[in-house]
Amino acid sequence: MTATKEEIISKLRQDMIRWEGFRPPQPGTDNDLGLGPVAAAFQDGVFPTGAIHEFISNCPEDTAASGGFIAGLVQKLLGNGGACLWISYTRRIYPPALKLFGVDPDRVIFVDVPLQKDVLWVTEEALKCEGVATVICETKDLSFTESQRLQLAVEKSLVTGFVLRKDVKKVNTTACVTRWQIRPVRSQLRTGMPGVGHPRWQVELLKVRNGRPGNWTVEWKKQNFQTITAPQLTEEARRYA
Amino acid sequence: MPKRFASIWFRNLLTDWKAIRQAGLKGKAYVFAEPDHGRMLITALTNEARKYGVTEGMTVADARVIAPDLQVFDGKPGRNLKLLTGLAEWCLRYTPLVQLDPPDGLLLDVTGCTHLKGGEKAYLQEIVSRLKAIGYDVRPAIADTIGTAWGVARCATSGLIVPEGEHRNALMPLPPSALRLPMNQLLKLRNLGLHQINSFIYIPNAVLRRRFGKDMVLRLQQALGQEVEYLFPLKEPVPYSVRLDCLEPVRTRTAIEIGLNDLLERLCKRLYGEGLGVRSAILTWYRVDGKNGHISIGTNHPSNRTQHLFKLFFIKLETIAPGLGIELFVLDALKTEPVSDKQSEIWSAGGGADSEEVAELLDRVAGRIGTAHINRYLPGEHYWPERTPEPNANFKKKPESEWRTDKPRPMQILDHPERIEAMALTPDYPPKLFIWKGEQHIIVGADGPERIEREWWLEPGEHRDYYIAEDETGRRYWLFRSGHYNAENNQHWYLHGFFA
Repeated sequence: MTATKEEIISKLRQDMIRWEGFRPPQPGTDNDLGLGPVAAAFQDGVFPTGAIHEFISNCPEDTAASGGFIAGLVQKLLGNGGACLWISYTRRIYPPALKLFGVDPDRVIFVDVPLQKDVLWVTEEALKCEGVATVICETKDLSFTESQRLQLAVEKSLVTGFVLRKDVKKVNTTACVTRWQIRPVRSQLRTGMPGVGHPRWQVELLKVRNGRPGNWTVEWKKQNFQTITAPQLTEEARRYA
Repeated sequence: MPKRFASIWFRNLLTDWKAIRQAGLKGKAYVFAEPDHGRMLITALTNEARKYGVTEGMTVADARVIAPDLQVFDGKPGRNLKLLTGLAEWCLRYTPLVQLDPPDGLLLDVTGCTHLKGGEKAYLQEIVSRLKAIGYDVRPAIADTIGTAWGVARCATSGLIVPEGEHRNALMPLPPSALRLPMNQLLKLRNLGLHQINSFIYIPNAVLRRRFGKDMVLRLQQALGQEVEYLFPLKEPVPYSVRLDCLEPVRTRTAIEIGLNDLLERLCKRLYGEGLGVRSAILTWYRVDGKNGHISIGTNHPSNRTQHLFKLFFIKLETIAPGLGIELFVLDALKTEPVSDKQSEIWSAGGGADSEEVAELLDRVAGRIGTAHINRYLPGEHYWPERTPEPNANFKKKPESEWRTDKPRPMQILDHPERIEAMALTPDYPPKLFIWKGEQHIIVGADGPERIEREWWLEPGEHRDYYIAEDETGRRYWLFRSGHYNAENNQHWYLHGFFA
């Protein structure tokens, strides 16, 4: 009797996930974006594609870090073909840098919208288009209704959308599947070496639907994400520290 | 098909226009006068004013004496041309080839157009009655040559439609003024007692030329169709153009959409048959009250898909103001290009269908924000950071060289490098700290310098020494010093970007 109850509850849970707009990954597609341990935070351990992801940044340094993290994700998403649109109002992204994160800059179409109010219109149009693989939207404000519209658009077209919110004063509720905050942290070189190491970020998953929020230190190395688990303090380092 | 031309003569172009504009003037004696050598000369007058004996070229003072209740309005040079241009545009609904015929007429090439209105008689009747309803008194004529149509419209009393091949007979009884001759020649002809064309039409051309000059012979031959005369149309006819005459004036949005769809279907069918696609198109509408307007679209790649072109027009459809109703839509494909049957791939990995969908999306976006705001970059063969990404509007072009990855480049770059206060103690070493926007950043790790020389063949200036600098909280910046290090502490340091 109890077994059936549990079965019913788990069945209901599965249904609810589906009703919330989640889809099981289609067989044959490689949904592993190389996030490693970070992916464990998501439902079934798979990064939700065909959804809207929100990134919060307060300063240009954070925006650059978020841009790098997104570019790393986009690299894998573009592997299956399709176009990538980068929509922004005041664009500062430097296309050649995308190559360092595995994205061919000539495959990205940059839409520099002259009026801020048109940014979300263009984003919604792009998200509805099935020939597009990913859409990155740089904006300032995103109201709950606007995020709902974007989420509804991708549920049909299965495009993955990234909303990079710059200069966020007040974080409001949105219908996005995840909310991230990426901050740069000090890079590590082999002990005793001068200079700047690989890009390293503090990746905070503030909100995730049907998953567990978390906090990781991630490094971009050899065209892949590498999660730094514990502070690497070797004997040698201790001696020099 | 033998050519047929129509000439429309506006008997009182300016005075009719005034009567339309100002109610209560109809049936009154009034004139337009323009200053000339310190006096006012009459340039246009009504039939009522003519009854008093007032003529063109009379001074206003003289006219006032013989016609005490004469009203005088200020004339403006060139007004008749403006009016004629407007009327010529209005006449585009009857034929695509309309030419202005100053000072007071229009010439229409009506070859193959008259059957649309049920014959030449019905065609002329419609033009006359429509213009009359507006308020213009016109006399039209149709003939095989421009010259004959002109003469018949102005000088004949009856027989305004000259049947094919009859233009010679139609000219015979007309006075010489039907030949578009200058006044001095007309006077000469009158003095010689040649009151009708038939009295000199048989004189050999050589004799006429000796007496009256070659222009007169040319005019005569043009009227007789022995010399070719061309019409210079107001608007260059577009090779791919479709028209929709509405039975009833259209006012609702639904009806406009249906009309547009019908036009697009016809145009696309034709273009498809010829293997062409639209690059830019314009939709013009003509309203019953004589006003018109247009909306234009452009596409990134040639398209002959009805739904796609419809969507592009749809974005701008709200700018149509139908007013009392629209009676004619004209859709012109201004620029067409061959469509490749095999859809060329924009993105190497993407399928063919993808690229078309994306191109259509970009067309829609361009329709809203403009083409100039959609960019794609190819690796430019420049070291200077501002020029490394080279904008390229051609979405099918593949990069000719590889993107460089040997030198790290910042994720975010400032359009204009921002001046910072930096403290560098050792020459050609990264700064120890810098102040940007009032905040002090202590640098704990740095790479560099990477010297980038200015491309002197493009612009003058100092070279830049770039450093990648990481501050104590891990934020990574792209800094540069403009020019060489010097100890006098007047180095110029700039912040140019942010690393991921």
